[in-house]
Amino acid sequence: MKGTYLGEFEEVVLLAVAIRAGDAYGAAVVNEIEQQMNRSVNLGAVHSALNRLQEKGLVRSEMGGISAERGGRRKRLYTVTNAGRRALEEVRELRSQMWEAIPKTAWS
Amino acid sequence: MRSALKSPPGLATRLLRWFCAPHLLDELEDDLNELFQQRVETVGLRRARWRYCRDVLSLMRPFIIKRQKNEYPNPRTMDMLRNYLKIALRNLARNRVYSFINISGLAVGMAVAMLIGLWLYDELSVNRSYQNYDRIAQLMRNRTVNGETDTRAGLPIPLAQTLTATYGDAFEEVVLAWWTSWHTITLKNQVFSKSGKFMTPGAPEMLSLTMLKGSRDGLKEPASILLSASLAKALFGDTNPLNKTLTLDNTMTVNVTGVYEDIPSGNSFDDVQFIAPWDLYAAATPWVDEAKDDWTNTSFEIFVELAPQVTAADVSAKIRNLLADNTRTLSPQKPEVVLYPMARWHLYSDWKNGVNVGGRIQFVWLFGIIGVFVLLLACINFMNLSTARSVNRAKEVGVRKAIGSRRKELIVQFFSESLLVVTMAYGASIGLTYLAIPLFNEVADKHMTVPVNTPLFWLSGLGFTVLTGLIAGSYPALYLSSFRPVSVLKGTFRANKGVAVSRRALVVMQFTVSITLIIGTLIVYRQIQHAKNRPIGYSRNGLVSLLLNVPHYERHRETVRNELIKSGAVLEVGESASPLTEVRSTNGGFDWAGKDPTLQVNFGTIGISHEFGRAVGWQFKEGRDFSRQLASDSMGVVLNESAVAFMGMQDVVGKTITWSGSDFNVRFHVIGVIKDMVMDSPYEPAKPTLFFIDNNPGKFLTMRLNPERSPQAALAAINAVLKEHLPEAPFNYTFVDQEYDQKFRSEERIGTLSSLFASLAIFISCLGLFGLASFVAEQRTKEIGIRKVLGASVFNVWRLLSKDFVVLVLIAFLIATPIAWYFLNNWLAQYEYRTDVTWWVFALTGAGALVITLLTVSFQAIKAALLDPVKSLRSE
Repeated sequence: MKGTYLGEFEEVVLLAVAIRAGDAYGAAVVNEIEQQMNRSVNLGAVHSALNRLQEKGLVRSEMGGISAERGGRRKRLYTVTNAGRRALEEVRELRSQMWEAIPKTAWS
Repeated sequence: MRSALKSPPGLATRLLRWFCAPHLLDELEDDLNELFQQRVETVGLRRARWRYCRDVLSLMRPFIIKRQKNEYPNPRTMDMLRNYLKIALRNLARNRVYSFINISGLAVGMAVAMLIGLWLYDELSVNRSYQNYDRIAQLMRNRTVNGETDTRAGLPIPLAQTLTATYGDAFEEVVLAWWTSWHTITLKNQVFSKSGKFMTPGAPEMLSLTMLKGSRDGLKEPASILLSASLAKALFGDTNPLNKTLTLDNTMTVNVTGVYEDIPSGNSFDDVQFIAPWDLYAAATPWVDEAKDDWTNTSFEIFVELAPQVTAADVSAKIRNLLADNTRTLSPQKPEVVLYPMARWHLYSDWKNGVNVGGRIQFVWLFGIIGVFVLLLACINFMNLSTARSVNRAKEVGVRKAIGSRRKELIVQFFSESLLVVTMAYGASIGLTYLAIPLFNEVADKHMTVPVNTPLFWLSGLGFTVLTGLIAGSYPALYLSSFRPVSVLKGTFRANKGVAVSRRALVVMQFTVSITLIIGTLIVYRQIQHAKNRPIGYSRNGLVSLLLNVPHYERHRETVRNELIKSGAVLEVGESASPLTEVRSTNGGFDWAGKDPTLQVNFGTIGISHEFGRAVGWQFKEGRDFSRQLASDSMGVVLNESAVAFMGMQDVVGKTITWSGSDFNVRFHVIGVIKDMVMDSPYEPAKPTLFFIDNNPGKFLTMRLNPERSPQAALAAINAVLKEHLPEAPFNYTFVDQEYDQKFRSEERIGTLSSLFASLAIFISCLGLFGLASFVAEQRTKEIGIRKVLGASVFNVWRLLSKDFVVLVLIAFLIATPIAWYFLNNWLAQYEYRTDVTWWVFALTGAGALVITLLTVSFQAIKAALLDPVKSLRSE
C-alpha cells in the first residue's frame, strides 16, 4: 500500500466524493469541483486521483444501478471509507490547530 | 443536422477507444459524454468540444491504458510457447548432467557433420572457378598392351595440329602443352626454381586467366612469359614486372608480357606459376623439335576447349581413331583418343580398362556417409536419453492432459523442447567448428574457412537445425504425447517394453557404427604400415636428390663429382634420367632370344651414370654392377627382378637384349640383376625396368651423404661446390626419404581423418551409454537397495547393471564384423601390394569396445552399488 499522505488535489477530490455521497462518479466529481472551486479540472486528473485514493484505501467503489441518462448503463460509484473520513478529519484538525496557534498580533 | 453538430469530436473518441483498457471504456465514455452535454449548455459547443479533447488527452495514463488481467486466462499460442520454453529450461537446469551429455554430444555430431559438409562442398567445387569449366577437356590415350588397356595423358604433337586443321569447328581452343615441371628462372644473378608450363597461345583464353597486368594475348609474342601474381611478387617485389627480362633454364631469354591472378589452391593448374610459349620450348629443346611431325612420340599434353555448339560425345566419336589412322607402329596397341572433361579431373582420376572409373569420389562418398552416421549417432543419443527421461515426465504429461492439453499441443511442446536443445547445440557446434577448422585444414590439406558471409551457409544451418530437431525430437514427441493420463496419474504407468527394446536397438546401432569405424581405421593404418615396411630395394637414408637444369652439364660432371667427394660431404654421386621416386620413361621395341612374338614389351628405361647404383645402394641378386674399368659396360644393362620375371628367362646374365626404334638399334648385354626398387607407387608391383649407361643421363643428381657429417654441414659443403662450378644451378634439393613418404600422404590423410571420426563416434556413443547407465542406475535405486539389504555385494550389483550393456555391445560387434570385413576387403582390393584383414584386428577392436563400455558403465554401476541402502530406501 502506498503511504496515506493526502495531496492537496486528492483532498479536494475526497471532499467532493463526500459531498456527493451516494452519487459520486467521475463526471459528477468533476462538476462538483468545478462548481465549488470555480475552476476547470480535467477528467483524467480526477480519475487518476480517484484511482490513487482507492489504492490508499480512502475511497471504495462499486458498480451502481442502471440510470436513464446513461442509456441504461451502470456507473461506478465512489464512497468515502472510514479511513478516508479519518484522513479528512485529521487534515481539518491539523489546520484548525495551526489556526489556533497563530498569535493575535500576527494580523495587526 | 443539429444532433450531428452537438456530437463530441469523433477523432478524440476514436483515440480513446484505441488506448483505453476495455474494462474502463464504457465508464469513461459515459463520463465524457455527460460532461460534454452539460458544457454545450453552459459554455457553448466549441468550448465543449475543446474541453472534450483535453479530457481525452488527460486520460492517457498508465492505469487507464493497462489491460486488466483476465480472471479466466485464455492463453494464446505465444503464451503456451513461452510456457514450453520455461519448462524446457527448468528441465535442462534440473538435470545438468543429462543436458550436458545431450547438448555436447549433439554439438560434436553437428560440428563433425558441418566440417564434412564444408569438405564435401570444397571437393565438389574444385575447378568450378574456371569460366569454361564445362567445356575444357584433356585428351587421353588408351592403349592395349598384352590384353590390358591403360590410359595415359601423353599424346603426339601432330594430333594437336590435325585437330586444329581438320576439326577446327569443334574446338574453341586446342592447346599443346608440356607437363607442369620445375624450371630455373634467372633474374640478373638470382636463381629461382619454379614450376610452370609451356603452352600454345590459346591457353590463357581457355583457362580464362584473370590478367592483372598485360593481356591474355601476351603469350602470342615469341619470347614472352606470363607470371602468376605471387611469382611476380617474389621476383620483382612491388616494381612493375612488365617488359622485364628473365632467363628460363639458362637457355631461353623471355620478356614478361603479363601477370595473372594466382589460380586458387586446390584447383587444377594451381601449381602453374608461369606460362611460357610452346614454340620457345620446342625451339630450345632439340628432341621436341624433332617430334613435331612424329605420330609415335607420345610425350606431350593436349588440352581443348570445346566449341559451344558441340557435345563431348560427338567430338569423342570423331577423334577416337585419329591415332590409329595415322600410325602403323602403334596400331597393335589399338590406340584411342579419349576426351577427359575438366569436371571429372579432380574426383575421377582413376582409369580401368580405358574407362574413367573413379578416384577421389569414393572418399567424397565415404566421408559423406560417415558424416551422416556421426550425426545419426548424436541424434540417437538424444532420442535415447529423452525417451529414458520420459518416465520422469510422464506425470507432467498426465497433468497437462488432465487440464486440457490436446495431443497436438504436447507434440508441439516436445518438438519445441528438442528444437531448443538442438539450437543450443547448433550454437556450440559453430564454436567447435571454428576451433577445429585449422586442424581439419591441416589434416585434409585444404584452405577452408567458415563461410560466415554466405547466406546459403546459414540457410543450410537453419535447415540442418530444424531437421535435426525434428528427427531427434520425433520419438519423444510422438511417444510422450501418447501417454494415457489416467494410468500415468494413478501411478500404474509402466514404460512399455517396446520402447526399451528400441532403445537397445539404437544402442546396438551406435556401437555397430563405432566398431566398424574403429576396425576400418586399424586396417587403414595397417595397410600404410605394411606398405612402409615393404623392402624398397635401396637405402633411402641420407640420400639427397637434386634437379639440375644446366646446359652443357656434361662438361662439368667429372669435376663436380670429384669435388663433391673430395669435400667429404658425400660418399658417392650418381646421375639418372628419372628421379629415384618415379619412372619417367617407358619404351617398347625390345627383343631377346626366345621371346614370344606376340608379347608386347613395355619396359621402364632409365639412363644412369656408372656410380648411380652405388650411390643409391641397390642390391644385386645376380651378376655385378657397372664398372668404369670395363669399356664394354657402356653397352651393358642391369635389369630388375620384375623384368627378368616378365621375360621368363633363366640365367639372364650375359644374354643379349636388343632395343630398336625408328632410327636406332642397340644391343645390350645383361651384366646384372637387382632386387626390385620401389620407384613408383608403393602399393603396386615394381615395373619391369632396365638401367643402362647414358653418357648424358641428365637431370637428377643423387648423392649419398657422408653419415659422419651432420646433414646441415654436408648440404652447406655441397652448396659451396655447386656454387663454384655450376653457378646457374639453383640448389633445390630434396631428401629421398621425404619424397618417398609423400607417396603415403593420401592414405595417411584417410587414416588420420577416419581415426578422428572413429574416436568421435566412440566418444558420442560412450556419452550416450553413460547417460543411459546413470538413468538405469537411478531407476533401479530401490531395487539395488533391497538387494544390498538382502546381502548382495558391490560386485553383484555391478554385474547386474553392466550385463545388459555388455550384451548390447557384443551384439553390435557381431553385426559390425561382417560389414567391416566386406568393406575393407573391397578397399584393400584396389592395392596390389596389400595387407590382409586379420582376425586379431577384430579381436582387438571387440576387446577395446568392451573395455570402454565397462569403464563407462562401471562408473555409474559402482556409484549405485556403493549407495547406502538406508538412504535409497528411506524416501516415500
